[in-house]
Amino acid sequence: MPAVQDTIDRVRKIDVDQYKYGFQTEIAVDKAPKGLSEDIIRFISAKKDEPSWMLEWRLEAYRRWLTLEEPTWARVNYPKIDFQDIYYYAAPKSTPGPTSLSDVDPEILKVYEKLGIPLKEQEILAGVQKTDASELEEVSDNVYKSGRVAVDAVFDSVSVVTTFKKELAQAGVIFCSISEAIREHPELVKKYLGSVVPTSDNFYATLNSAVFTDGSFVFVPKGVRCPMELSTYFRMNEKNTGQFERTLIIAEEGAYVSYLEGCTAPQRDENQLHAAVVELVALDDAEIKYSTVQNWYPGDAEGKGGIYNFVTKRGDCRGHRSKISWTQVETGSAITWKYPSCILRGDDSSGEFYSIAVSNGYQQVDSGTKMIHLGKNTSSRIISKGIAAGFSQNTYRGQVSAHRKATNARNFTNCDSLLIGDQCGAHTVPYMEAKNSTAQFEHEATTSKISEDQKFYVMQRGIPEEEAIALIVNGFVKDVIQQLPMEFAVEAQKLIGISLEGSVG
Amino acid sequence: MLEIKNLHARIVDDGTEIIRGLNLTVKAGEVAAIMGPNGSGKSTLSYILAGREDYEVTEGDILYNGQSILEMDPAERATSGIFLAFQYPMEIPGVATMEFLKVAMNEQRKARGEEPLKIPEFLKRVKEAAASLSMDMAMLKRPLNVGFSGGEKKRAEILQMKLLEPKLCVLDETDSGLDIDALKIVSDGVNALRSPDRAFLVITHYQRLLEHIVPDSVHVLYRGQVIKSGDKSLALDLEANGYAGVIGQAA
Repeated sequence: MPAVQDTIDRVRKIDVDQYKYGFQTEIAVDKAPKGLSEDIIRFISAKKDEPSWMLEWRLEAYRRWLTLEEPTWARVNYPKIDFQDIYYYAAPKSTPGPTSLSDVDPEILKVYEKLGIPLKEQEILAGVQKTDASELEEVSDNVYKSGRVAVDAVFDSVSVVTTFKKELAQAGVIFCSISEAIREHPELVKKYLGSVVPTSDNFYATLNSAVFTDGSFVFVPKGVRCPMELSTYFRMNEKNTGQFERTLIIAEEGAYVSYLEGCTAPQRDENQLHAAVVELVALDDAEIKYSTVQNWYPGDAEGKGGIYNFVTKRGDCRGHRSKISWTQVETGSAITWKYPSCILRGDDSSGEFYSIAVSNGYQQVDSGTKMIHLGKNTSSRIISKGIAAGFSQNTYRGQVSAHRKATNARNFTNCDSLLIGDQCGAHTVPYMEAKNSTAQFEHEATTSKISEDQKFYVMQRGIPEEEAIALIVNGFVKDVIQQLPMEFAVEAQKLIGISLEGSVG
Repeated sequence: MLEIKNLHARIVDDGTEIIRGLNLTVKAGEVAAIMGPNGSGKSTLSYILAGREDYEVTEGDILYNGQSILEMDPAERATSGIFLAFQYPMEIPGVATMEFLKVAMNEQRKARGEEPLKIPEFLKRVKEAAASLSMDMAMLKRPLNVGFSGGEKKRAEILQMKLLEPKLCVLDETDSGLDIDALKIVSDGVNALRSPDRAFLVITHYQRLLEHIVPDSVHVLYRGQVIKSGDKSLALDLEANGYAGVIGQAA
């Protein structure tokens, strides 16, 4: 656990409830008028230069959305959202769409630099830009130097740049913003968009289908193993603006891809909405590994402000022997409502969900997964670690179901909750449904408190209190951290330490 | 090195007084055995020395190298050189023993203003210490104390003591749950650490441990007080005649 020391060092440097990524950047923006109507949707579609079928798709979703009610079943409380009081489109004026790096507003590049996301460095490594010695020095300091990572950077409503595109294209991999994909690869988008999360799926997914602005598109063709990690960094900058991310990842027969998303937002008193839809499609023998490090602004120590993160993520193991694996580290957001799920449609397909959800202050987390076993001999595995501190509420909500034809479906679920202090709550809500007598489901759940005994023992070896807690917590989440790509595992550990800042004493 | 003066302490939760006017002095280089019947306050004394918050000192003082340690938290006491080998070492799931050792050693070095150990030096020290306690290095890759047998846990405690090089070692019933062979290994480990600038407080029920770790002084604890002190012959006397006689004299 080399990150423990770093965790503590970082925690010490930060004042209580000071969110590291809370800065705002002054950038000239192009915005849609506030509120939601068919005209706004036409505006968004026109801004993105979309074909008419896409606009129709959006409008249909919007009309359906008007008939839907906001869901209330999750264990979260928040004042009613006024959907007419939100901006649905905001784009930096200088960069209306994805461009090459040299065209990106330097202010925006600075934002990503500040967030520690290496757009420039990556291009240097890729050989796209001419390098000189001083730039190479910069590269050597970079944490990502060991492995190459292609990045799609989404700033409010638009993707500002995608790196490594050329090299990926050589391997046959398409990695671009969804807006670009709609223009450049309409046949693929038409075929797969909404095929996993239909426009009618749920209130937020339907809203997203109407107004989605940007996100990433990944297509890995038959037999190709994507040569590098792909990642998208979402940044919300503009005030009162919702972010409606739409991501679509397709792995054809025998393909493999590992993808990671990261998210941050400025620190503000108002709540902001992030309503994303992510769809994954894995055909025969394909594998998709999707990791999230979510660090949206969580609100201040009194629970004021923060992001409402209402997200629909679903993967379809459409082919035989396909595999989809979700790993998430959730530390941010005032409210998290998120259930990355797998439809195990192909025979012998498998789904995994590894989750660490950390809540502190007044954060509310209601997260989990659904594993829907449809094919024969399908298997799923759920490992969830909830850590609640402060006054937060942390709920695991999961559903495992085996349908009639899903013979020999197997599931293993393990949900552990750790409480720090006595003002917080951890809840586990598992649903299990087997319509097939050959299904084998196992469920384990524990709730524990960091015991005074453990803390005293660790401190007795000379390890100060905050580091003792970080050490115990990092041990608690170890099985999940191990699932993250190497480059991000250390970052995730640090993030967990920072999120628990101020939870002691 | 250690001077406990008229110490009174109670359990914070319910106010029960456990230590009632305890006096004890241990010099550098000395091995002091603390004996006494169940419930006399032996383990409580070890917790109070290490700074456990469940106990509150209401009167008296504990001086370590002439300084009161009552205001120091457990980590500060540890880095100042006080080590407690626990009767029931805690399990720390997910934290490899090796990693734990590294964090603890480097934290103590940091407190002393020293640089962290380089990995090869760290490994060398751990290997030597583990070998001297007949511990398998593979065991150190496992999470600390998780699934360890009673004997393995006690060995792991002594391993930590060896590596952290404390000045005042408190051993709380280190002999409990050990078979004869393990007892010998653990005792040899402790004996190897005896030195003129290091003191030991060995808490035990039985004379058996003191055959291996021969004490310089023996103190009988009863109802939170030291009621009798003597040399190693006192332990033999207790073994032969039980505590009743000593308690009778004190009453």
